[in-house]
Amino acid sequence: MTNHLAGPVLVLLDHAPDGTLRAPVLELLTLGRRLGSVHGVWLGAEGPGGDVLAALGAYGVDVVDVLDLGGADARLTPVVADALADLSAALGAAALLLTSSFDNKEVAGRLGVRSGAGVVVDASDARVVDGRVVADKTVLAGTWTTSCAVRTPFAVVALKANSAQPEPVASPTQPAVVAHPVTLADDARQAVVVERQERTRSDRPALGEAQVVVVGGRGTDGDFSAVEELADVLGGAVGATRVATDEGWIGHDAQIGQTGVTIAPRLYIGAGVSGAVHHRGGMQASGVIVAVNSDPESPIFEIADLGIVGDLFTVLPQATQELRRIKAAQG
Amino acid sequence: MRIVVCVKHVPDIQSERSLQADGRMVRDGGDGTLNELDENAVEAALALVEEHGGEVVAVTVGPDDAVDAARRALQMGAEQAVHVLDDAIAGSDVFGTATVLAAVVRRLGDQESVDLVVTGMAGLDGLTSLLPSALATELGLPLLALAAEVRVEDGAVRVRRELDHATEVLEAPLPALVSVTDQANEPRYPNFKGIMAARKKPVDVLTLADLGIEPQSVGAAGARTEVLEAAARPPREDRVLVTDDGEAGLRLAAYLVENKLV
Ligand SMILES: Cc1cc2nc3c(=O)[nH]c(=O)nc-3n(C[C@H](O)[C@H](O)[C@H](O)COP(=O)(O)OP(=O)(O)OC[C@H]3O[C@@H](n4cnc5c(N)ncnc54)[C@H](O)[C@@H]3O)c2cc1C
Repeated sequence: MTNHLAGPVLVLLDHAPDGTLRAPVLELLTLGRRLGSVHGVWLGAEGPGGDVLAALGAYGVDVVDVLDLGGADARLTPVVADALADLSAALGAAALLLTSSFDNKEVAGRLGVRSGAGVVVDASDARVVDGRVVADKTVLAGTWTTSCAVRTPFAVVALKANSAQPEPVASPTQPAVVAHPVTLADDARQAVVVERQERTRSDRPALGEAQVVVVGGRGTDGDFSAVEELADVLGGAVGATRVATDEGWIGHDAQIGQTGVTIAPRLYIGAGVSGAVHHRGGMQASGVIVAVNSDPESPIFEIADLGIVGDLFTVLPQATQELRRIKAAQG
Repeated sequence: MRIVVCVKHVPDIQSERSLQADGRMVRDGGDGTLNELDENAVEAALALVEEHGGEVVAVTVGPDDAVDAARRALQMGAEQAVHVLDDAIAGSDVFGTATVLAAVVRRLGDQESVDLVVTGMAGLDGLTSLLPSALATELGLPLLALAAEVRVEDGAVRVRRELDHATEVLEAPLPALVSVTDQANEPRYPNFKGIMAARKKPVDVLTLADLGIEPQSVGAAGARTEVLEAAARPPREDRVLVTDDGEAGLRLAAYLVENKLV
């Protein structure tokens, strides 16, 4: 095919400590297939488990490259970046796709210097046009959209969750598993992880990956129960404004906005959220925006598809109860 | 301790910001400010110097009015500033900017050793967060990014940071590069004394030639990505605003069902 890259397309296989793939990886594999031949990159000499290999086959991965870091700490982003720089040079890779998490953006910055790659982060799509990788992204707090072409032979694109609909291939592949030893530069290990606490996984979907996010702001006055119940009936995640996290009403990791998590779910519902520009920067790219706020002058109403002027403590429970009723009626 | 803090002049995020056809930010609105997140970087640097002694040097790269960002850092308490000013820098991507900043840090280090480089977590214009990691790599320094808390003790720097899936404490020997989040501190406001003192503080203006950098390696010519298209997002259509009459919750549920969001 003409609009396929000649070199392999690497996809970083982000996984949880228990060895399961993070959900957005399936989106990257789906996108990666449109660009060229997909290599899944697994960090850690032990390689992926059988279930993961089967999933990779189902998503059309041709090769799984297993990187042996020789005991170096895979939680250090310079270690990851140098391992990827090594591998991409050895394979003549044309592109690397990774999820746009905070740590992966650190990886991308170092990789750009180490391998001379052009880098696009927080992208919402990637494709090949005239042999070059072109990535789309929204900028300036979701008010502008841009398309960027990467001018270098090796392109690094970090994609936001929900960039593509994961689609398995019609007939699964049997990925070849290839082990690679990695040599790391001395300065990759200068920093050490003294402590690390994995966040406990709740039953709700992860904020950055959820299709539905219900957000509580100062207007909740610390009572998130109405927000949580609506999120649960919608199968969504719970987010917050910086005011709510600063007040300690909910963990800092729930913060959405310019200095928190950037989200682009199908549905965003903000309750008691004014829509300050710092917050909008992290959610304005959402598909449908609903706002419930008692002040008709709140700026969030300027960007809401459905704005409800009202008290969140009456509107949300009423909606939750009605949705439960509808669901029960559907069986 | 000698600390270099990198500061950027950006369009005020409260203002109407826009892009040119080539994807570059329109920067002539006259309402530029010091990137808010860099105030946290300056504050972190000043607090460390107050605790351990030493001085803070602010560095900025950009056109004429970028010096305002450096001036603000001087007003807050930095001792001196460097402004890299060269037409060839226009249109630089993050790697071009990192090349220039790295050259400045090396030059400052030749005069007197640099113990720490501090940056904000992101520029509120491009918001890529790539610069700290690119700059640390250029300088061969350990990277401790996204610090919500920074401490220096016994020749080592220790930061606490929140990642997507975990909370981490990282440590590295000095010299090192730290980027701070807005959780790290509450930036001080320059007082009258600080504003007066800043007028007498030196701002060293450097060109690419002073830094030994080839003009074509940075700027739009050296950029590794190119914007093909930039468009203002169309306003949302069919927006509805309703006032709760006692049934808005039902209306919300119906809206979600109609739009297949349930
Ligand atoms: C450098 C910097 C970075 C920042 N980064 C972020 C960020 O990443 N994310 C972020 O969110 N903020 C960020 N902020 C803070 C941001 O500027 C706002 O202060 C914040 O988003 C406001 O949160 P809020 O909407 O919850 O509170 P407010 O602005 O106080 O709004 C509360 C709203 O609740 C409404 N309300 C009150 N009671 C009810 C009720 N019973 N029912 C319905 N509505 C009710 C009120 O009418 C009001 O509109 C940042 C600020 C700075 C300076």
